Amino acid sequence: MKLALFADIHSNLEAITACLSHATALGAERFAFLGDLVGYGADPVAVLDLIQQYAADGAVVVLGNHDEAALGRATDTLNPNAQTAIDWTQSQLGERQRAFLAGLPLTMRDDNILFVHASAVAPERWIYVTGPTEAEQSIRAAGAGIVFCGHVHEQSLYYVGAAGRPMPFRPVSGTPIPTDKHRQWLAIVGSAGQPRDRSNAACYALADLERARLTFFRVPYDYRSAAQKIRSAGLPERLARRLERGA
Amino acid sequence: MSAPSPGSEVDGFCLGEMIHAGSMAFIYRLTGPRGPLPLVMKIPRLGPGERAVNVIGFEVCRMVLGALGEGPHHPTLVAYGDVETTPYLVMAFVEGVRLNDWIRRAPIAPEEIARLGAAFALALHELHRKDVVHLDLKPTNVIYRASGEAVLIDFGLAHHSHFPDLLAEALRIPVGNWEYMSPEQVLGVRCDPRSDIYALGGILYELATGRIPFGRPHSIAELRKRLYRDPVPPRAIVSETPEWLQEIILRCLEVDARERYASADQVAFDLANPTRVELTERGSRRRRAGWGTLARRWLQARSFEPAPCPPPSTQKNPAPTVVVGIVTRPIDEALCEALRAAARAVVAADAHCRIACVTVVPPAAALSGEGDEPTATVRHIRRLVELRKWARPLDLLEERLTYHVLESEKPAAALIDYARMNDAELMLVGAPRPGGGPRLLGGICAQIVAEAPCSVTVVRLKAGV
Repeated sequence: MKLALFADIHSNLEAITACLSHATALGAERFAFLGDLVGYGADPVAVLDLIQQYAADGAVVVLGNHDEAALGRATDTLNPNAQTAIDWTQSQLGERQRAFLAGLPLTMRDDNILFVHASAVAPERWIYVTGPTEAEQSIRAAGAGIVFCGHVHEQSLYYVGAAGRPMPFRPVSGTPIPTDKHRQWLAIVGSAGQPRDRSNAACYALADLERARLTFFRVPYDYRSAAQKIRSAGLPERLARRLERGA
Repeated sequence: MSAPSPGSEVDGFCLGEMIHAGSMAFIYRLTGPRGPLPLVMKIPRLGPGERAVNVIGFEVCRMVLGALGEGPHHPTLVAYGDVETTPYLVMAFVEGVRLNDWIRRAPIAPEEIARLGAAFALALHELHRKDVVHLDLKPTNVIYRASGEAVLIDFGLAHHSHFPDLLAEALRIPVGNWEYMSPEQVLGVRCDPRSDIYALGGILYELATGRIPFGRPHSIAELRKRLYRDPVPPRAIVSETPEWLQEIILRCLEVDARERYASADQVAFDLANPTRVELTERGSRRRRAGWGTLARRWLQARSFEPAPCPPPSTQKNPAPTVVVGIVTRPIDEALCEALRAAARAVVAADAHCRIACVTVVPPAAALSGEGDEPTATVRHIRRLVELRKWARPLDLLEERLTYHVLESEKPAAALIDYARMNDAELMLVGAPRPGGGPRLLGGICAQIVAEAPCSVTVVRLKAGV
């Protein structure tokens, strides 16, 4: 059974569509959307409608901080560009989309896997897992063999080594990594809709649950159209450029 | 853990003779109904009293061999068992002779060392090109097939840059074979292919002298001595050691990785071409550094910062060879100048590349050797002089230039073969002039472009030059 994992989609329809077809072509049968479905991008309604269809078919979907903000329940202050995009997103969402977002949980657990947008320590506080210390805390709080998360836009894999401390690893696109069950893992699958590591290719990960393999991917997509839509919607130019440059 | 006995069954495989009992694992030949199979099974030593590194070694070996797939210089992974229930690896059996058979007879002849060392270095280069660093090279981990090719085995401590390094920071005591361990490995660095070049140097040293360069350290303090103490020069132990061999060995054994060869194929090249080794003070050294130097190095070693690991890349050769084919007869000066301009651009773009200047002459047997025809040797030297003359204006360090006069009836095939053997990244060849020029060149160019194993740049003069 192959499970495709997407995070930080940020209303980028072109990116999530490209990732979904990439994963489906590789045999993905289950899907997980790890929060921040909206924000920044210009297609919140289309993206939410798409993800809602997957959710109806059993996909895992958890809430992100931008999704929370789009519901008008922001506890964290967003940067001005993000706030502008969220204000605009709120004006776009209909009742159906709002109800879908409002029904999302902060975490979901499936057997030995924990799905969460940020850190499992206190999912509602949106803590960034940017180093071994945060990774260790999140892994411990999750109490799961593997934690799949997003929030941080760069892909990384933390693995608990022999010394008991998680070690960071920057994955290479397309290389299946054995993720044996006797170790604990934390995978940040990377942002599908707003990559920030100077590559404009969308990020996602594909887990082969039977064979215990995790593969991170970078998928080129039509970022020009996505950027153009941001400009047409009158959203900040910086958000369009970010998709073009991947930074 | 006690070793399973031959004849017992593991996950459906029948164990034959145990061929190795190492500190981390046992290795058995597998047998079928009709006798031994061309397979071995490696079973890690696990259980109470065994080291944690054994299971990690198993995982690393499976990961790295799995990623390497099939290849001539490492065993192919055929099957493996679950790490939690029945950990084992089944690999292709590598038929051949281990390097320690020669080590037992050391010191051995320099020519023999060059042959063994060059094959070893080529195998290592192949591994490094795939972003793998072995990190546990020793004479028992190198097997020579009957063809002379070297196969590297035992990847339990290897590093593959595409995978999490399960051994990083895991162990306080440096893991691996202490005898041949590089200074940076002593300090915990596990990502530098030049660490393997150091180990290669240590093994060549042992082949040349019968001694291990730094003896057998028994403590971390003894192990750390290699950060400041230079080994006794091979020529001080075996006085007949040629300078070129000592130069190669001591360059591999430099403390700072940046002072070593940048890549293993350069070691292979130097071992295969002793006359082209650029000799420095290293080659003629007869004694170790004096006390003054030693004291200074000791102080420096206290704050020794290992060189940063070179960036991993599956594609890019760290010291690429660029072949320049200079095949026109008579010499077309304008075309030669155009080739030089192209070579300059390549050299400017890559500070490490090596330029191989290659020309092709008909085989000596094709010459009559009478009348006005020069003898083969004289002709060979003349061509070399021409090549050197061509390269001089490039103003490159001698070690970045090599000159080769190939003998063949078929210039294109000879150049293509040369590029393949030397793993060239790029070939520069001259094109025939528009509307004339050397007649043969058109055919040569076409064949090279069609068949070369690397990129080819065809340099053409503009019309009217």
